Amino acid sequence: MEVSNRAEGLKETYDVAGRDFSSAGAASSRIKRILQQIGVDQGIIRRIAVSSYEAEMNLVIHASNGGRITLDISPDAVTILVEDDGPGITDIKKAMQPGYSTASDEIREMGFGAGMGLPNMQSCADELEISSEPGVGTTLKMVFMNR
Amino acid sequence: MNDSAGIQARSTMTLADICKILNAEVICGEDKLDEQVTTACGCDLMSDVLAFTLPGSILLTGLTNQQVVRTAEMLDLKAVIIVRNKRPDESMVELACSKGLPILLSPYPLYECCGMLFAAGLKGCNGSVHAKDESSQKIEPAKPGEMTCGAPGLGD
Ligand SMILES: Nc1ncnc2c1ncn2[C@@H]1O[C@H](COP(=O)(O)OP(=O)(O)OP(=O)(O)O)[C@@H](O)[C@H]1O
Ligand SMILES: [Mg+2]
Repeated sequence: MEVSNRAEGLKETYDVAGRDFSSAGAASSRIKRILQQIGVDQGIIRRIAVSSYEAEMNLVIHASNGGRITLDISPDAVTILVEDDGPGITDIKKAMQPGYSTASDEIREMGFGAGMGLPNMQSCADELEISSEPGVGTTLKMVFMNR
Repeated sequence: MNDSAGIQARSTMTLADICKILNAEVICGEDKLDEQVTTACGCDLMSDVLAFTLPGSILLTGLTNQQVVRTAEMLDLKAVIIVRNKRPDESMVELACSKGLPILLSPYPLYECCGMLFAAGLKGCNGSVHAKDESSQKIEPAKPGEMTCGAPGLGD
């Protein structure tokens, strides 16, 4: 797909498979490349890339049913919407705490499961909203202002 | 101050210098050995790397999977150094090559690798660097040779 040269009106959705570690990170990689092509500030790109990758890994690790990531670029802001099809989060407040993780030993051996992903996203994004319905899925919306 | 490889201590070094100090084998990215590096991070937790590593750093790790390459990509890291003689997964090497990310292998364990580079003058990454308000998280950087135990904010 052609990416326009202006930071305007671009919207793309990527499917992310649960538990597929071989392509985990591909969506965030694409998002980063698009933001570089349209000339978004490097520091902002880094915050978006880090947050998007953390969210993508959460989807791959915790949301076994998979989901999707939508990149929405407007002149003022970049929005990353991450939606998955379960299992959902029962206690969001707990999940947001640094160090809280339900990751298995297998996941920890891969370098994840420190319970730092959501706190990282919280500190990188200008706005973060998370909602979840146990048994149904989780929606995470992050907004980054494009000064 | 001289390290065992005879390289003068300084705050900037090239990947080639790092290879020499760590007695490292280059798995990919031969063409980038003259790149300058000013900071490093030694860690096996990718979320900590993502939170605390400065862009343009190198990462020393014992992990050998594709996620290390993805993490390096998100942060624009200059190289990944795999410690203690571990061989990277074929899929990791393939992805690193396609991204142009240098991968070096050192026979020494993580602590030794970090110690040798630190003694040679390569600094660490202090505090959270992607936070919106960077000043609120800055801590006084440790200087090589003057590191105190339990420096705050280094991830743990
Ligand atoms: N999309 C999701 N679906 C279901 N549970 C989730 C989802 N995202 C996060 N969680 C839950 O919230 C916890 C905390 O998430 P967070 O990203 O902070 O840490 P982690 O993924 O466990 O470890 P790290 O991100 O440091 O590798 C997870 O362990 C998991 O229980
Ligand atoms: Mg996570």
